[in-house]
Amino acid sequence: MFSRDEKLSPVRLTAVQYVILAIFLLLAYGLWELQVSQSDYYSAAAEENRVRNVPILAPRGKILDRNGREIVKNYRSLTALLLRDSSRNLAADADLIAQGLNLDPKEVREKIRRFSSMPQYQPIYLKEDITPDEEAFIEAHRTELPELDTIMAYRRLYPLKGFMAHLIGYVGEVSEDMLNQPGFELYDPGDVVGKSGVELQYNSILMGKNGSRRVVVDSHGREVGQPLEEKPAVAGKDLKLTIDVDLQIAAEEAIGDKNGALVAMDPHTGEILAMVSRPTFDPNDFAVRIKRGDWNKLVTDPDKPLLNKAIQAQLAPGSTFKILMATAGWQENIAQTLNVHCNGGAEFYGRRFGCWVKSGHGEVDLTKAIYQSCDVFFYTLANKLGIDRIAKYASSFGLGQKTGIDLPQEASGVMPSEEWKLRNFRQKWFAGETISVGIGQGAVAVTPVQLMRAISAISMDGRLVVPHVADPTGLPSNYLEVSHFAEVKNVPVDETGWNTITDAMSRVLLPEGTAPSAHIPGIDIAGKTGSAQVVSLATRAKHQNNEDLAQNGWFVGFTPRRSPDIVVCALFQGGEHGKLAARLATQVIKAYVDKQRQQPTKLVEKPANNGKTDIGALWTSPSDHDSLHAGHLVVGLPKKRLPLAVAAPGLGGVN
Amino acid sequence: MSRNISLRDFDWTLVAFVLIICTLGVVEIHSATVHTKFAGVDRKQVYWIAGGLVGMFMISLLNYHALLERVHWMYIVALASLMSVLVFGQKYLGARRWVKLPGGNHFQPSEWVKLVLILAVAKYFSDLQHRELTWSDFVKAGAIVAVPFIMVMGQPDLGTALTYLPIAIVGLFLGGVRWKQAAVVILLAGLAMPLAWHHMKDYQKQRLTSFITPDADPRGAGYHVKQSKIAVGSGGIWGSNSGSQTRQGFLPEPHTDFIFAAFSEEHGFVGAMAVLLLYFIVLMRLTQNAQTAPDRAGTFIVMGVVAVLTFHILVNIGMVVGFMPVTGIPLPLMSYGGSSVLFMFLALGMVMNVRMRRFVN
Repeated sequence: MFSRDEKLSPVRLTAVQYVILAIFLLLAYGLWELQVSQSDYYSAAAEENRVRNVPILAPRGKILDRNGREIVKNYRSLTALLLRDSSRNLAADADLIAQGLNLDPKEVREKIRRFSSMPQYQPIYLKEDITPDEEAFIEAHRTELPELDTIMAYRRLYPLKGFMAHLIGYVGEVSEDMLNQPGFELYDPGDVVGKSGVELQYNSILMGKNGSRRVVVDSHGREVGQPLEEKPAVAGKDLKLTIDVDLQIAAEEAIGDKNGALVAMDPHTGEILAMVSRPTFDPNDFAVRIKRGDWNKLVTDPDKPLLNKAIQAQLAPGSTFKILMATAGWQENIAQTLNVHCNGGAEFYGRRFGCWVKSGHGEVDLTKAIYQSCDVFFYTLANKLGIDRIAKYASSFGLGQKTGIDLPQEASGVMPSEEWKLRNFRQKWFAGETISVGIGQGAVAVTPVQLMRAISAISMDGRLVVPHVADPTGLPSNYLEVSHFAEVKNVPVDETGWNTITDAMSRVLLPEGTAPSAHIPGIDIAGKTGSAQVVSLATRAKHQNNEDLAQNGWFVGFTPRRSPDIVVCALFQGGEHGKLAARLATQVIKAYVDKQRQQPTKLVEKPANNGKTDIGALWTSPSDHDSLHAGHLVVGLPKKRLPLAVAAPGLGGVN
Repeated sequence: MSRNISLRDFDWTLVAFVLIICTLGVVEIHSATVHTKFAGVDRKQVYWIAGGLVGMFMISLLNYHALLERVHWMYIVALASLMSVLVFGQKYLGARRWVKLPGGNHFQPSEWVKLVLILAVAKYFSDLQHRELTWSDFVKAGAIVAVPFIMVMGQPDLGTALTYLPIAIVGLFLGGVRWKQAAVVILLAGLAMPLAWHHMKDYQKQRLTSFITPDADPRGAGYHVKQSKIAVGSGGIWGSNSGSQTRQGFLPEPHTDFIFAAFSEEHGFVGAMAVLLLYFIVLMRLTQNAQTAPDRAGTFIVMGVVAVLTFHILVNIGMVVGFMPVTGIPLPLMSYGGSSVLFMFLALGMVMNVRMRRFVN
């Protein structure tokens, strides 16, 4: 027991003092370590204080034509950044920054305010694609405005005015949906990937792999010394296409501002030499960041400029289908001996089906039926064959299926048959419906590429190729596409039949044929015109022959007539007559032949751009059965189901 | 108790050293904030110090025995004020530490609770009759500290709560804790740690681990530690010419938690050691006052102040050199902050109080 006055154990007090001493020695040791022992290290560290991980962007592979000419490449684009991890008062500098970068100072301040709750190391992206003088401003103000910095990115440089836009496609940041899909797991948010066309199809080849660089930055924001760590970027591989830029130019010029598509192919290999679709868009708009207004305009434009009509337009082929009819008829031993008297029309199943020449063609055999495009002949032939036999041959030439071209979202078209109708409509096919199919109307729908390939096969003794736009020699050998391109099928075609048909086709561009005005002296072109109705003539008359309802002109041609070197298909929407489409196609053929013969070709001419756009029509999508006759729905017309056989020609000139 | 106290008995030496430290603090605060948005706080610090001096004088005039007599009430009021923070307190930076007073000031009770706690512990141990603690003494002593500890933890303010512990530890040690009892405490603490870890928020966990491997997250939790070490190390022996880390804003909180780092950058090893020496002198002076205290209570009071002071220095400077995790504990007398300054001076007032009555009995 002790009183409260008794003192505490002095030993313990002294012990506490020693503990305190020990603590201080420990701290002194700590200071020693930092300030004496390793002071050089820390002094250096102070100089190089900020560590940043800078991505080294991998450039995307270029896109080249078959001769190695550059079509798409990259350019160096700088983005101005505002760094936030210093204690500088950013809002005070906003005016100067805005002035130097040509921005609105209010917007700059607004951005700074909005970012104030984010972690400090996240910079604000002020402006993309800055000009050289803005870049110079940032450089010149390194000391006064150390918070400004730039980051470099590669951006795609596409040909202007939408040249080859649909085939090339465009790039954009990978979307969240895309990231969730299989095959996209390797991509990070923020990666730039192809979104359409070749850019999408061959993204894995074109896209490189970003590297990274850990850099040190002193308090003025300048990079100091060597990067700490550098992982080099792997550049994307260049992609060589089968396209010939000279032909592409000719095709783009030929089609000009008209709506439609133009596509050219090598019948031996399936290499696509040119592909155009109209109307077009400018993929450079997408390369930085497309403005919402522009995007909306593109998406809601009834002419659907974003669609590649060469592979996605599904329309009635019109008289071009007669070539397939002829082949079917020959193989079934009907066509070679069929002779019909055409007096302007014929009656089938209680209905009159007219011929485009109201007075009739007179006596018609297969050859004349082709180069004069006699409808009555082919009605008769269709009636004799029946839909299933027609379908059999048409399908064997690839109609109603995708061609397998190496572009995304190809449409498959429609080749009707009894089974097809039962499956889709649970109705029986009426024989009367076959009649219009005979001239390429009714439920038949083809894409330009499909039609071209079918005709190409007929011209090549049955050689059905896989059309493709990429040159397989540049692709890695285990790339799926490469073996795919070589899958050539052979459709058995009787040689005499094939010769007869192509001989007949070569008379189409002669005075006795349907497209003499498209003839080019010195070049033997075989082809077939088509004018496909969109709605019946009666309906058209009702709507005062509205331009919207004009027919589509088709033409498929090749040269020379035996074992051709090139086949071209032209679709001229609203062109009324196939012969107008023929002129487009033959221009491309001429360009090709001239090049072959090394004649000087016409150089680029400014297309007449009077800014007029075609009045629109909506495209039918493959699942849209409202337009089985594969015409197009017109905005504003009452949406009623048009009966299948309506597009039989009545009065009025049509072929 | 005679009232023969005179100003001669005031520990002027101690005051002198304390004021030297304070002055260095103010100068450093000025240098660290002069071009930043915090400019002008150095002047505020001077006001706090002046106020603190007044408070110190005033407390030293009271008789500490009188305070000790009333310590039960003070303890209850202290707990009530902590409760008011939990109920009415304003959340700031994720914790409720302050209560808003009319007039726009903030009141942080957890600091003055420390004072009360020192008194309470002193009273408790000085009233004990045994040389060694019984188990019940031990538990009761623990409870005195544990209750406010838990309440402050609930704010949540881990850093400040931890500063209560040294009071308990020194009290127990000097009060005659037995080895077994000490072992029990250590064991309990060891068991409690995984539990505490589990309940900790992520940022707290990060704070605790980042001082071990600051490079693992140089832009996140390890940032403070890394920057502090760089600032300190770049001071070299004599101090850095540019003072870039503090001036250029790489060093965070240079006028509060990391003031020692700012000072070390500017004045190098020599300067830093000088400050350490000053603190050491102050602490030794304080323990001397404890030894000459008239009674056990006085000793406990002074040693309580010593414990708190040492703890703050250890944790803060330890953090600055990278030995300790970042906990937001200020450096007494140097860090900018009214609560801390006031607490220190009031505590010193208590020490003066004891010292001045050392001849009285």
